[in-house]
Amino acid sequence: MTDLSDMSRVGQLAGDSPVRTGAGTLPRSGQRAHRWPLVAAVAFAATALTVLVLIENQKLLGLALAAIAAICLGAARFGGVAATEAAAADHPWLLRGLITAATLAVLFVLRDDNFGLLMLSTVLIYATVCVGLTIQMGYAGLTNFAAAAFVGTGGYTAAMLGQAGGLPDPVVLVTGGLVAVAIGSLLILPVLRTRGHYAALTTLAFGVMFNVFLDANELLGGPQGLKIPGINLFGWDFSEDLHIAGFTISFYANYVLLTGALAALAMMLAGLIDRSWIGIWFDAVRLDETAASVFGLKIGRWKILAFTLGNFLAGVMGAVYAKMTGFIAPSNFTFGDSLVMVSIVILGGIGNRWGVLPAALIVVLLPEKLQFIQEYRLLLYALLVIVILIVRPDGLVARRVRKLNLEARS
Amino acid sequence: MGMIGQHLLNGLMQGTIYGLVAMGFTIFFGVMNVIKFSHGDVLTLGAFGGLVAAWATHALGLPVGIQLIAVFAAAMLLSAVVGAGISHFLIMPLRNAPPLNMLLMTMMVGTLIREAIRLFFPNGTNPQRFPELLPSGGFNLGNVFVRNDGLILMVAGIASIAVVHWIINRTRFGLAMRAVAEDVETARTMGINYARVIPLTFALGSITAGFAGTIYGLYYSEINYGMGLLLAVIGFSAAIVGGLGNIWGAIIGGYLFAGLQTFVVAAIPSMSDYKNVFAFVLVIVLITWRPTGLLAERGSERV
Repeated sequence: MTDLSDMSRVGQLAGDSPVRTGAGTLPRSGQRAHRWPLVAAVAFAATALTVLVLIENQKLLGLALAAIAAICLGAARFGGVAATEAAAADHPWLLRGLITAATLAVLFVLRDDNFGLLMLSTVLIYATVCVGLTIQMGYAGLTNFAAAAFVGTGGYTAAMLGQAGGLPDPVVLVTGGLVAVAIGSLLILPVLRTRGHYAALTTLAFGVMFNVFLDANELLGGPQGLKIPGINLFGWDFSEDLHIAGFTISFYANYVLLTGALAALAMMLAGLIDRSWIGIWFDAVRLDETAASVFGLKIGRWKILAFTLGNFLAGVMGAVYAKMTGFIAPSNFTFGDSLVMVSIVILGGIGNRWGVLPAALIVVLLPEKLQFIQEYRLLLYALLVIVILIVRPDGLVARRVRKLNLEARS
Repeated sequence: MGMIGQHLLNGLMQGTIYGLVAMGFTIFFGVMNVIKFSHGDVLTLGAFGGLVAAWATHALGLPVGIQLIAVFAAAMLLSAVVGAGISHFLIMPLRNAPPLNMLLMTMMVGTLIREAIRLFFPNGTNPQRFPELLPSGGFNLGNVFVRNDGLILMVAGIASIAVVHWIINRTRFGLAMRAVAEDVETARTMGINYARVIPLTFALGSITAGFAGTIYGLYYSEINYGMGLLLAVIGFSAAIVGGLGNIWGAIIGGYLFAGLQTFVVAAIPSMSDYKNVFAFVLVIVLITWRPTGLLAERGSERV
């Protein structure tokens, strides 16, 4: 059986062949969609999030989870999701305003809940890294099993620069991203030359290697890790509680605002890419490299762009994460963490940038909240992912088929 | 000089285990186009099954020979049943889903097995001592000390590789397997019972995992719930370096990986903490040089 490989392409092609993307232009009649589904959806999401973070009682939490799942399923069943998507597409500014208002409302309700805010910004950090992974894996089709290594590169860069001192923090965050890009560029050659499982291996090997290296390196603190000072933006010290109009606001709110802003920027970037010709080129590269190159696309250029963007986002968020928690160690950036990030992307619906938000919530927040299953959380996490993979193979928010039918829009 | 020979011998033993693991990956990939990442954890499960069999037969006071047979039988049976079950209930339903889903599914199944062992095996968090059932001691071959049990296990490992090779290339089942691998639809038109070939293939691949797990346990006298993860990553690397879907490639890849590790330990002892770093760097370089593995897949580029 020297060659058992040339098979079962039929099934893969059948599942993959239509050009799929999040920015599908649905053929619709001329009128604009209603606003109300959008308002209801954002209000529901904000309430659900707040309830999940606030509830401590495990029985109540279970009930709340069941209720939220039931409402989501009901909304999907009766067309609420489609209506919300249509409304979001027709009223982009309303969407942005609502999200900002909802964020402020959630922040106000959770103002002195340190743990809740820390979890929220952790979710946002994961979501942002996964937007980068979506650009790599979902748009350009580059499998990356070393996301945690690039996050770690950013984190360790921030730690080393913090020890050296002197650099303003915005520069430190950007440097984290740039170093991740630089380290990632060592992998460009293997990534460009390989495909599919072989490409997966190069990143996998790199991720494992990175971790072994950190563990053995004395200069980087070895297994004990490094301490890092918090963020200070233009004299605004992130590690101090805020006092506004008689309310005390936990310092973690700073990080929620920062990570939220970065997540929004990353989302916008991914959206711009997806809506532009670059997104279509990415689609072409992902779906059929040979055909794309026959049509004159420079495959390497688009792969490098996607790889670089994704690694930059991972590096920046790694620096933010390191500064937020004040401490990093090799055990924060293992292959398992890369796996968690890949599973967020796949669970969310690979290639749909909005999917990473609910998926990151499920994967990051739930195990933290369900304390009574502390021991069993990895087991249950694996079970949950398996169930979602069987029940919703296209992910929570499935990617829509791109319809390049320009007349339908006008 | 003695040291080099000793290292070489250790490398050969390591390489046999890696080669066995890589062969499992290659069997799954060749027939199903699936990277079955739970392979390492099926291996661990097999080793733990073997451990229970060893305890049971020891408690019954059976002779060592019977104990040894029971250990291998239990490990291989358990891994075969679990492997076939996983494929039937979890992987086959996904066969038309995007390939990444399948990869994630197998990784999650692996996590499930690993965590189940950690949580539900008595004292599962700690490493478990594996009984020494093979003759201890050894002999000197020049300056090299050869462990009796190591020699036996290495011969057993190589023999099992030969057996798998024989099954695939010389039996009717192997012919059916290769036919399915070549083209599912044509194989079905030719009257091959697809629904029977696939689970049996998975069982075969999983048996090799259980076998490798037992060899690992007998050689290192210790197993733990997490040992499958690194073995899977290394086995996967070895299979890829050799060229997926190619059994000889997998075995060469296994020995190559072990050789690289051994070389680093022998040549630069101060860097032995970094031995896996070097091995993986070389794997990445090899892959860059030969993007489809050393023994490349036959046929033209798939479009």
